[in-house]
Amino acid sequence: MLFRHTTNKVADRKALNVNPAKTCQPIGAMYAALGIHGCLPHSHGSQGCCAYHRSTLTRHYKEPVMAGTSSFTEGASVFGGQANLVQAIDNIFTIYDPVVVAVHTTCLSETIGDDITQITAKAKESGKIPEGRYVFHASTPSYVGSHVTGFSSMTKAMVDHFAEKSGKKRRQVNIIPGYVEPSDMEEIKRIAKLMKVPCVVFPDTSNVLNGPQTGKYEMFPRGGVTIEELKTTGDSLGTLGLGKLASGPAARALDTKCKVACQVLDLPIGLKATDRFVDALRNMAGVNVSDDINIERGKLLDVITDMHQYFFGKKVALIGDPDQLISLTEFLVSVDMWPIHIVTGTPGKKFEKRIREITEDIPVPVNVKAGGDMFMWHQWIKNDPVDLMMGNTYVKYISRDEDIPFVRFGFPILDRIGHSYFPTVGYRGGLRILEKILDVLLDRQDRDSPEESFELVM
Amino acid sequence: MSTIHILEERQRQIYQKGKQPFDMICDKVSIAGSVSQRACVFCGSRVVLYPIADALHLVHGPIGCAAYTWDIRGALSSGPQLHRLSFSTDLTETDVIFGGETKLYKALTQLIDEHNPKAAFVYSTCIVGLIGDDVTSVCKKVAKEKGIPVLPVHSEGFKGTKKDGYKAACDALFELIGKGPVDHISPYSINILGEFNIGGEAWIIRDYYERMGIEVVSVMTGDGRVDDAGKSHGAKLNVVQCSGSMTHLALAMEKKYKIPFIRVSYFGIEDMAQALYDTAAHFKENPAIMKNTRELVREEISGMYPQLKKYRTDLEGKKAAIYVGGAFKAFSLIKALKHLGMTTVLVGSQTGSKDDYEILRQMCDEGTVIVDDANPVELSKYLIEKDADLFIGGVKERPIAYKLGVGFCDHNHERKIPLAGFVGMLNFAKEVHATVTSPVWQLTPRRERSY
Repeated sequence: MLFRHTTNKVADRKALNVNPAKTCQPIGAMYAALGIHGCLPHSHGSQGCCAYHRSTLTRHYKEPVMAGTSSFTEGASVFGGQANLVQAIDNIFTIYDPVVVAVHTTCLSETIGDDITQITAKAKESGKIPEGRYVFHASTPSYVGSHVTGFSSMTKAMVDHFAEKSGKKRRQVNIIPGYVEPSDMEEIKRIAKLMKVPCVVFPDTSNVLNGPQTGKYEMFPRGGVTIEELKTTGDSLGTLGLGKLASGPAARALDTKCKVACQVLDLPIGLKATDRFVDALRNMAGVNVSDDINIERGKLLDVITDMHQYFFGKKVALIGDPDQLISLTEFLVSVDMWPIHIVTGTPGKKFEKRIREITEDIPVPVNVKAGGDMFMWHQWIKNDPVDLMMGNTYVKYISRDEDIPFVRFGFPILDRIGHSYFPTVGYRGGLRILEKILDVLLDRQDRDSPEESFELVM
Repeated sequence: MSTIHILEERQRQIYQKGKQPFDMICDKVSIAGSVSQRACVFCGSRVVLYPIADALHLVHGPIGCAAYTWDIRGALSSGPQLHRLSFSTDLTETDVIFGGETKLYKALTQLIDEHNPKAAFVYSTCIVGLIGDDVTSVCKKVAKEKGIPVLPVHSEGFKGTKKDGYKAACDALFELIGKGPVDHISPYSINILGEFNIGGEAWIIRDYYERMGIEVVSVMTGDGRVDDAGKSHGAKLNVVQCSGSMTHLALAMEKKYKIPFIRVSYFGIEDMAQALYDTAAHFKENPAIMKNTRELVREEISGMYPQLKKYRTDLEGKKAAIYVGGAFKAFSLIKALKHLGMTTVLVGSQTGSKDDYEILRQMCDEGTVIVDDANPVELSKYLIEKDADLFIGGVKERPIAYKLGVGFCDHNHERKIPLAGFVGMLNFAKEVHATVTSPVWQLTPRRERSY
């Protein structure tokens, strides 16, 4: 019982987070920045921040993760980090030669009040940024929001810094995929391709954080959206921002800056949310939904109907990021499951309201909390047990202690592979989610059923 | 890959034996902009103190610092598991503006009421150093109210390197010492310092000492307990492992409690045996201890040596690269690899001192590359250039090795099989053998020609 110190009694805790269901902004910013081709993320703060983010991303993706740091010392913290950043920019272009350096701030540099725009301008003036190379930044103080906010801010910074309006429209759609896995970004591109819609997907970490074994160490893998592509986003027909929190700000910024109309949708997780995505893409690009897509949809629907008896009335506890949980909850409710304990660590009142709407018809009490933590979620589960839990790797402790089936979903996943390669978005992603859920539920039934009711065919 | 740029400032942090006069620079703060593998002060403090399983570990700062260090080392406990939970004051914007002291007070008192820990550690993070929270006075206040030690750990990330974090942890730990009863402690007794029980190592080592007839008063901090630390000043000798992390505490205990200390390593046959003999030698007034030690070493080695030789047959002549946190670890690794017939072609550390690198230089063959605070580009350059068959490192090094098609052995946080002790040497050999001789490398482009 590794989490045996979790008590049953739920207490109101305002000054305290126990077993976090979120982490801080910079790691999200680093992840987003890795979705630009040839980009070296740069952490403007202490060395530890950068080391922690790289370690966590490495553990989650099993890939090398590169990022620079301003290596703040006591002096920098008193006098400001300008000298460090200018020197860092110089060193980075000299040794690592990236196309672009994406700077994100930390609690330290934000509190000191470093003006990154001004520092970057200074670096440019003094010739530290070579011709055709770029430095841009996002403000990501760790004490505001969560890793999702950091991702969102860095994605918006891409628009602010690179999007251009030439006046000549291009027949392409911008898709901002949200804080999802490289496999999901790949899947979104595949769906667009099936529908014959040219698109720019940004950020795009596919083939950066799920790259092949080549026998070579490549500091800048071949994946990622290019700066040229980013520049053209200002001429696109429109923008689809997937996930309100992660993609909304960037989508709206493009609208404001280049008058590219945007639609902000839920992440396409599950049947209905994917329907909405496909429909929006069809409308925006003026195409028909191809047969291939219809067939994929039909297959997901087929599995839902074939197996609906196993979903009915199963209580589920979910913990993770807001955009994911909204779509996932909708998906589970649509197959007749009952998500009853839903926690995100990211603060934001809209989340609770939305989940309440989605779970309105569930005939049992539903707990939902934004800005909650895993300790409280565990307490809820102790008081009202569930049949299934979905969340990141840390949920495994609870799964073991309470003997409840568990499907890994979210960030970080430190102990299994798959999330890098198999998507959970789109109709195929929906199939994968259901397969995983059914596997653990039916394994449990097999394990627990007495010999006389042990079933071969299920 | 062969034309990588090495920054001028870094050139003296890299040395190739035999090529130039030895004049390495280390102990310096990483250059801004380098993709360093190093961490921060907070990280140093956190790894040292966190294995104390019956203490409350509260991270005072924004959520990240607590989230990234939540049980990442998996330090094993035979009893309480309170250290497995992650506690944070989760500072937000208003706290940064108005100060976090009230929040810290509330969090501490609530947690102590809920969990009844034996002591509490409060880790300061970067932001706390900037906004000027008086953590020490909050700790004092809570200690008085709750009647347990509440210790501030001054681990603001930017105030130095990981080593300074070890020091801050030792300072906090030192406050616990001297509180417990020492009447029944044997004259032949030690504290084990600098062993963190990541994979059960502390249990192996403790068993050896007990078989020798020595009482282990405390392990700091593997499978650690507040009360054990409290009476640790009753031990007659401190046995210190791991170069950087605990020497500071040993020095402080020597000064205040007149407890001498010796430095040891539990990794590899010679070092392990040497550690036990050195400890036994300290208690020479009791000859039975030395006798027991000889028997123990003989028994343990004769048990594992034949198996070790089998591994050696396959590993003879293979080349290893080492990149670890402390240089002391590297010394032991080089010796252990020699036992397996392997040579070390690249060795480096995050925090080595000039003396450490001098020792490394003496241990290595001509042509071996020695690096301080290396970056991935440098590491991969030398891995390929030196045609290494094995890379020994930590979490960030593993995928680099695999991308290149080189075998890997984790010698840091991510292991569950203990490498300490004689049994640990055998585990190490088994693991090295498995990865170096794995057929998967024959599938990779690097070795394709031979397949």
